Amino acid sequence: MLRFLLGRLAQAALVLALAVSVVFALVRAAPGDPLSGSALDATTAPATRELLRRQYALDRPLLKQYTHFVGNALRGELGMSLSRGRPVAQVLREVVPNTVLLMGTGLLIGILGGIALGAWQGSRDNRNSATSARVARMSERLGLAIIATPEYIVATVMLTLFAATWRLFPIGGMVTLGVHEAMGPAQRVADVLWHLALPALTLALIVGAGVARYQRTEMRLVLSQPFIRTARAKGVPEARVLVHHALRNALGPVITLCGLLLPSLVGGAVFVEAIFAWPGMGRTMVDAVTGRDYPLAIGAVIVSSVLVALGGLLADVAAAVADPRLTRGRR
Amino acid sequence: MIATPAATLRGTGVPRAAIGVLAVALFVALFGGMLSPYDPNAFNGIAGMQNMPPSWAHPFGTDGLSRDVLSRVIAGARISLGVGALSVFIAVFVGTAWGAVAGSTDSWLDDLLMRIVDAMLVIPRVLLLLVLASAGPMSPWKLALALGLTAWPPMSRVVRAQVRAMRQREWVLAARALGATPTRILMRHVLPGVMPHIAVAATLSFASVIPLEAGLSFLGLGVRPPTASWGNIMRDGADRMLDSWWMLLFPALAILATVTAFNAVGERWREVFEPHQVVR
Repeated sequence: MLRFLLGRLAQAALVLALAVSVVFALVRAAPGDPLSGSALDATTAPATRELLRRQYALDRPLLKQYTHFVGNALRGELGMSLSRGRPVAQVLREVVPNTVLLMGTGLLIGILGGIALGAWQGSRDNRNSATSARVARMSERLGLAIIATPEYIVATVMLTLFAATWRLFPIGGMVTLGVHEAMGPAQRVADVLWHLALPALTLALIVGAGVARYQRTEMRLVLSQPFIRTARAKGVPEARVLVHHALRNALGPVITLCGLLLPSLVGGAVFVEAIFAWPGMGRTMVDAVTGRDYPLAIGAVIVSSVLVALGGLLADVAAAVADPRLTRGRR
Repeated sequence: MIATPAATLRGTGVPRAAIGVLAVALFVALFGGMLSPYDPNAFNGIAGMQNMPPSWAHPFGTDGLSRDVLSRVIAGARISLGVGALSVFIAVFVGTAWGAVAGSTDSWLDDLLMRIVDAMLVIPRVLLLLVLASAGPMSPWKLALALGLTAWPPMSRVVRAQVRAMRQREWVLAARALGATPTRILMRHVLPGVMPHIAVAATLSFASVIPLEAGLSFLGLGVRPPTASWGNIMRDGADRMLDSWWMLLFPALAILATVTAFNAVGERWREVFEPHQVVR
């Protein structure tokens, strides 16, 4: 297990170093000076321009620019945000916890709910009652519709229905502006949770629909195996067969899938954060891009890549815990 | 046996509804100008014509600048599908070349190429696209290039795995024994067999790129207005969704229909070509 962990850790570090290089290559491959279209328009003071050129070593040869870029990224030296006048690292340190809170809650509800729903759908067939099989099929179709709908439409519909029409939840943001500061500690937590509910549920819905789809396929596959028949023949109670024998064996691929889904989830969170005005990394990223704040945008991409790599690492470890055979041998 | 494309389509049992939706989408994208009842960018009267709900004169309603939403959805089809097609083409080209080279060699080059793919997959695609969008206004061409250059990594993985599996097949060994060059083996004996898998990946990639393009335009970072795309029509309506639902509903339905159709085709082909990887 330890060797597996160390090997996986080294792999993640290598991939991250390469990811920073890829960001550099793509940004440099875009036509023109990376700063020419961004904050460096005619209104920028020459001093600022000079500072930025030096910060990204744009007056140096390409190889030098590259080592400079990678070195800065590895040291966590992300430069100054142009729109906020503060170090990028400081801005990100404020917003990353918000994103982790939102994503963590959404992922937790979505993954657990998706596994439960998928396992239930996968265990329904006509041997059970015809009604429950029909309900399962209907929920499968609904899930497929949610998967096919872009995240921003799901988010807009949720916002319109639950916040604008029925007024059950606030329309956006993370705290009630103006009132939050005056609240006691318990009230503050409640205030944040109340604002968190709708965007987190939106994410959970998107994640859960995807997870359930894979979980039910895997569940059906496992339920058709001989050892399940053996367990049933031995007289193991059906609930124990489903949870202990089938579900545990059907978990591995879904856990790995959760790791693979992570990059697109961070992307999806961009839309959810932008629509619900959640002050996290996605929204900061959108603000940075519309405000042509190049250092902040680059910093956010690098930090979110680190988060994704860590998430993938976590998913692999979780999959290895669920199925210890994975720690032996490659792949 | 030589199969015409039409026969291949019939043979694989792709749902007719999906083919129908894609045919309509293609027709609208190509000949939309003739169908469009109004000029998509024309203001149809300054006073009183803004934010009109659907009516006989404007079946999809009008937007906040009194433009006809139906005409804009039709005009948007060309941009949305055109950008999608071009980016999928780029992704197929780069992904196939990348995966074919990696799959054909056992040297360090394979490791290097695939680690770069791993690295690309760690960077959230939407964020990478946002950084590329921050360099300045995007023309549809540049947008397609950006979408294509971030879409190829999964495709190269598919191609590499298939090329690797194909290299062990008898006809490839026979060709090698006959002294065929590696390039010839790859182009004539290996890649044709990988084509179905590329087709599956390309179809599914098309299904993912359409909402992505619309999403960027929805955030105001994709296709620049006044050029209509399905995403920026929705952006125009998103602020006032309660009073002008038609501006969100109709482009969303267009996206949903094409995405579902592409997915249906891709999933069906996958059932035929990759029966072990089907997920329902």
